[in-house]
Amino acid sequence: MAEIKVDCRGETCPVPLVETRKALRRAQPGDIVKIVGTHPSSKKEIPMAVEALGLSLLGIEEREDGEWTIKIKR
Amino acid sequence: MDDKDQAMKCSQAAPDVETGAAVADRDVAQVEGEAHRRKPEKITLIVHSGDFDKLYSAFIIGNGALSMGMEASMYFTFWGLSRLRRGRLASGPLSKMHLLGLGKLMVKRRMRKQRVRPLEEMARDFRELGGKIFACDMTMDIMGIKAEQLHQELIDEYCAVGTYIREARESTVTLFI
Repeated sequence: MAEIKVDCRGETCPVPLVETRKALRRAQPGDIVKIVGTHPSSKKEIPMAVEALGLSLLGIEEREDGEWTIKIKR
Repeated sequence: MDDKDQAMKCSQAAPDVETGAAVADRDVAQVEGEAHRRKPEKITLIVHSGDFDKLYSAFIIGNGALSMGMEASMYFTFWGLSRLRRGRLASGPLSKMHLLGLGKLMVKRRMRKQRVRPLEEMARDFRELGGKIFACDMTMDIMGIKAEQLHQELIDEYCAVGTYIREARESTVTLFI
């Protein structure tokens, strides 16, 4: 099982969402996709995409400076 | 009882041969299989405008839909189609406050500062995520645009209104931009 990292820090709409989708397409079932970003709306919307795609959200963490990390299992 | 009645009786009686449990297992498998095979929802956009900001809206919505698991089709017609000519994707004016190009210059500068992805990259993302692009062939005739003048690597099909209707009919969302 591999972990795919996606760095979207400093990127804005729709890049974090699009890059998440690209990474999920590349991932094999069971792989973990980890996205790091700073765009506030993407922190809410990536989990919406995860739900729509029927995948599992493993966790969301946010630092005080607004940088967030989302983990998804393909 | 004639043959026809006999045949009807047989077909009605056939399911009783299986046990209840076997039927239930099969039904569950069917439901799961169908959920798996169910076609994703779809969005179809008509890109009629060639304005810079409206092209952005179209590609952002299209890419957003693909990212969230929908299928997406974009049907380019009139001024939108003319933006599919080579090197012209981002060459349209702003729909408001263009100010002879000054407004657009300011908007583009702010976009760069905010690291907004260029339209050309958004179009490539759209294709990479499985989005389909259709080019209106009537517009090509009216405007004298030849296929070789267009970004052919982005275009799936050269077609007319019937194709848009086919796409829209299968869509839960369709927008005219």
